[in-house]
Amino acid sequence: MRIAIVDESAARASIIQEGLATLPECELFVLTERRGLVARIGEIAPDIVLMDLGNPSRDVLEEYFAVSRVLDRPIAMFVDESDNESIAASVEAGVSSYVVDGLAANRIKPILDLAVMRFNAFARLQRDLADAKGKLAERETIDKAKRILMDSRGLPEPKAYAEMRSAAMNQGKRIADIAEAIITAHRLMGGH
Amino acid sequence: MPHELTIGFLPLVDACLPILAHEHGFAEEEGVSLRLVRDVSWATVLDRLLYGHSDAAHMVAPLAIATTLGRGRPAQPLSVPFVLGLNGNAITLRPEYARRLRPEGTMGDAAQAGAALRTIADERLAAGDPLRFGVVHRYSSHNYMLRYWLAACGIRPDKDVEIVTVAPPFCADALAAGEVDGICVGEPWNSVAVEQGAGEIVLATAQIWRRGVEKVLALRERVLDEKMDAVRPLIRALCRAGRNFVDPQNWEVNAGILARPQYLDGSSELIRRAIADRLLLARDGALVHYPDFMFQYREAANFPWVSQAEWLYTQMVRWDHTPFDVEEARRAARVFRPDVYRSALIGSGEPLPGASSKVEGSIRDRTVVGTQQGAMVMEANRFFDGMVFDPHHLEKYLKSLP
Repeated sequence: MRIAIVDESAARASIIQEGLATLPECELFVLTERRGLVARIGEIAPDIVLMDLGNPSRDVLEEYFAVSRVLDRPIAMFVDESDNESIAASVEAGVSSYVVDGLAANRIKPILDLAVMRFNAFARLQRDLADAKGKLAERETIDKAKRILMDSRGLPEPKAYAEMRSAAMNQGKRIADIAEAIITAHRLMGGH
Repeated sequence: MPHELTIGFLPLVDACLPILAHEHGFAEEEGVSLRLVRDVSWATVLDRLLYGHSDAAHMVAPLAIATTLGRGRPAQPLSVPFVLGLNGNAITLRPEYARRLRPEGTMGDAAQAGAALRTIADERLAAGDPLRFGVVHRYSSHNYMLRYWLAACGIRPDKDVEIVTVAPPFCADALAAGEVDGICVGEPWNSVAVEQGAGEIVLATAQIWRRGVEKVLALRERVLDEKMDAVRPLIRALCRAGRNFVDPQNWEVNAGILARPQYLDGSSELIRRAIADRLLLARDGALVHYPDFMFQYREAANFPWVSQAEWLYTQMVRWDHTPFDVEEARRAARVFRPDVYRSALIGSGEPLPGASSKVEGSIRDRTVVGTQQGAMVMEANRFFDGMVFDPHHLEKYLKSLP
């Protein structure tokens, strides 16, 4: 079976590709360029096109699938926010209309499931990365605020941190928010 | 506890009403809280609606009908209780062609520009490289307006010229790269092409049909029934947003809101021009005022006339080359729900038309029309070729088209 993976994120496409590579008798093609996409798909003549539900080229591809004589009945699968329920809904809602004659739904399901799993794994990775970046930035903010308290009030480090923590608890805020407020106040008072 | 609705939209100026209803607090005041989800293709907006990621969607009107009829996918009945606006699109051509179609510094005349385009189309066809137009979706008003104009001017779509799909944000690029010779798209994307020097505006779609239906608010029929208590306040909020939108005092602020990254993520200057019906037709030209380029609120513009759905159905039959089917026509007509619009606005003081259907294209001068509530005057709503669409005679109308 020939599977085309259309994704503008090359990293995500390769993660999906890696996951699908374990499937027997599958030939994979990764397309990351928007330009010339329709022509490329025409050359590949895939049995299945896997793409993100939010891919910007979808209207163009649907038009192509609808009028194309070369590619008679390709399959488009959409990978996004995918729990089983939404896959079921998507199949009901029309993804099945792209199914090539004789290609049963039970052959598509595992491919879709696998792609979705990889997609979600990638999304998680991105989220973790963003979280980690956010935490690092917070760490720096807190350290800076701590130094301000230490310098301006002559507090030792553990005491400065404890003050911020108790302020956060009393006000129902995060320590990072308190630290941010201290830095802003310090700047307004002419500090650097 | 207010009702909550998620609404999908594309970054276009005519997504303005849900955005403004949310940002100005009209929705909250009416008792419904909105969550807006932006996408970049109509296919995605539609999928989210069908999979239940969204409750309602900003949608090209023909797509709501095509989905209900099951064109290209299994049928899923959609309902349209509110029209999000009329017209607001333009036809933009590569500069060298645009200059052959109209005098510099003004919009063209639809018939004259069409005649000039026919010459160009013939030249290109003879050279074995037919003219190519980009529209935003096969089931879009843009596609149907462009085709209506071409056909009426003796240019046969799909035979004399090619028409392909290009997503709105990529229209200017496609024009610049020579992938297409012309585009029919909503604002701000014509203006983006003009600013880049890739194209010049030739016609507004309002010149093809003075009061053409454009985007609609679409919901799954089932969801509309289930969430009627949230949809009615939403309609009232959208109506208030429309009143706010047409008031010149609010243009600056509204353009700024629409330009935000989470909405159109574009130039508030270009958006303000579209709101004010002012357009730069060519990069080095002056701003041109074309009244009612985009039509909102007045004359109950947001009322879902059943005759509009029926007109769209005739165009679908015409360009999909499918046989006219009475049962299909009935289902298409049923997509537009004036009953829901009325039930939401009764007692609000907003004018409610007495009829649900009208003969499209028949009004030549200001006409007072019968209402159930409020007073209403309608202005000219003509098709440029003078044809009249009588919803009682769909088949006869189809036969009379070129």
